[in-house]
Amino acid sequence: MINLNSTFQIALRALRVNKMRSFLTMLGIIIGVGAVITMLAVGTGASEKIAEQIASIGSNLIMVVPGSVTQGGLRMGSGSTSTLTKDDAEAIEKECSAVSAVAPILNTGAQVVYGNQNWSTGIYGTSPGILEVKDCALVAGRNFVDQEIRSAAKVCLLGQTVVDNLFGGIDPIGQIIRIKKVPFTVIGILETKGQSIIGQDQDDVIYIPLTTAQKKIVGRSVPGMVRSIMVKARSAEDLSTAEKQVTELLRQRHRTGGNKEDDFTVRNLTQMMQMAEQAAKVMTILLGAIASISLLIGGIGIMNIMLVSVTERTREIGIRMAIGAKTWDIRIQFIIEALTLSMIGGIFGITLGVTGSAILSAVAGWPTIVSPLSIIMAFGFSGLIGVFFGFYPAYKASLLNPIDALRYE
Amino acid sequence: MALLETKKLSKFYCVGDNVVRAMESISVTISAGEFVAIMGPSGSGKSTFMNLIGCLDQQTAGDYLLDGTSIGDLNKDELAEIRNKKIGFVFQGFNLLSRTSAVENVELPLLYNHVAAKERRQLALGALKKLGLEGRENHHPNQLSGGQQQRVAIARALVNNAPMILADEPTGNLDTKTSAEIMELLVRLNSDSKTTIILVTHEQDIAAFSKRIIKFLDGHIVSDQPVVK
Repeated sequence: MINLNSTFQIALRALRVNKMRSFLTMLGIIIGVGAVITMLAVGTGASEKIAEQIASIGSNLIMVVPGSVTQGGLRMGSGSTSTLTKDDAEAIEKECSAVSAVAPILNTGAQVVYGNQNWSTGIYGTSPGILEVKDCALVAGRNFVDQEIRSAAKVCLLGQTVVDNLFGGIDPIGQIIRIKKVPFTVIGILETKGQSIIGQDQDDVIYIPLTTAQKKIVGRSVPGMVRSIMVKARSAEDLSTAEKQVTELLRQRHRTGGNKEDDFTVRNLTQMMQMAEQAAKVMTILLGAIASISLLIGGIGIMNIMLVSVTERTREIGIRMAIGAKTWDIRIQFIIEALTLSMIGGIFGITLGVTGSAILSAVAGWPTIVSPLSIIMAFGFSGLIGVFFGFYPAYKASLLNPIDALRYE
Repeated sequence: MALLETKKLSKFYCVGDNVVRAMESISVTISAGEFVAIMGPSGSGKSTFMNLIGCLDQQTAGDYLLDGTSIGDLNKDELAEIRNKKIGFVFQGFNLLSRTSAVENVELPLLYNHVAAKERRQLALGALKKLGLEGRENHHPNQLSGGQQQRVAIARALVNNAPMILADEPTGNLDTKTSAEIMELLVRLNSDSKTTIILVTHEQDIAAFSKRIIKFLDGHIVSDQPVVK
């Protein structure tokens, strides 16, 4: 076989002869590679975003909410009864072995005042377990202690959004804020969590002891009543066990026998998010597959033009054969030519894909991530297409009979 | 010593149901250093003969030995190698690659003979110089006259040191004066380098430059005589 460098030079010269044609042929590959890279970047960006949100709501999370009740034949929505209590939460923490932390939640919205500033936010009565459940650390101050829960102390933890809106530059720790006119001492500040998957600001919260919420902030008739219980399983593997244990325990505690419907609902949040992540991954593959079709069409374009080229250059092939080109010399020449077309197209395609992804991010605000793997794959794939679609024309060229080829006009 | 030898060499073609006997039972021996002209009207079988001895085609029957090698048994790639190493072609239509400089055209046989790039260039420039084409190395065929193009083609035929040049109507596209120049060049090559030259022509005055004339008619040799000068 003749040396590759010379063959490459021959290929470049042949492609330069028909600049426009070479460019148009390349365009198919450019668009194909560009589309694959952009689509993969959009898909990967979406999956990453979801994964990030999973991390932000806390991992291995189970949510228990009160069930629905039927009143005079009407089935009310989920949470229409108030069957969950602080005692349920405590029992779950004590008795379910697969559970690592529990946080009962009793929440309401309220106006909060500090000095001459005020802000409307969500007030969550809860237990110290909330920080572990939500995988949330404190950036300043300290968590509640059990004693504060028992004594219904007027202390609170603030989310970053609340801090920004009430305090400006002042250090909030130790300051007194008023929630529904009740004074609370700020004892801690939560780390930033960002937006939730549904676009809710997870930093716009105030945590106070559950008991304080029950007595002073949320007026409810049932003592000890909570709106929901958040449960954290020990690990991802323990999630389903924890779910089962919690369900069993609550059925027992609520005396739900036999086939009677549960008066509560257990939701596995992490699982739901993981399904969303899975869906995003499937979407990535789909987008990639659709974009690959355009790459394939680009490859067919190369094959088409190479077939034309072989016909046009029959005489050249004849001359080369007469002076000693062997079967593979001719094949390699045309394969390298197709490969050159597709590889140059691939390089421009990568540029297009990376720019396209950046533009999508900037203009449409979609999170896009161009992974090095997708670039390597797209480039390798375009090379493969060059060889694959270049082979048949090259094969055809090598089958020519030198005498006929020499006489070809 | 015989450079090429054909024994009852025949070539038949099938055209529909008819068998065309393009060449039948040709036995010829040509020694190294000879200058042979092959003549005959079109359809006489001389082109078929040239294709066969040029290893561009293979016989239907008989035997062809080139430098002791029997050609009939070789495959396509082995034929290509023989063409590359043993035969230099000069065609009527020059058959240079367009959009390729003179020196690159001359380099081609070396490329297929795996000669390194640097050496290729040196040998090609040397061959062009020998044929008086100094200064034209980077011209493309369309920038050269017919005579110059044919000299580039001869340089290409010579560059691999092939022992034999096959020239198929090399002066067919040239005017009389240039034809004579080309023929003198071939004569000089034959006498100086002892290169065997086999020439196809139908012009008597071109054939007169050779030392031996073989005449074909209807697929047979009708005469084989030395040229009397």
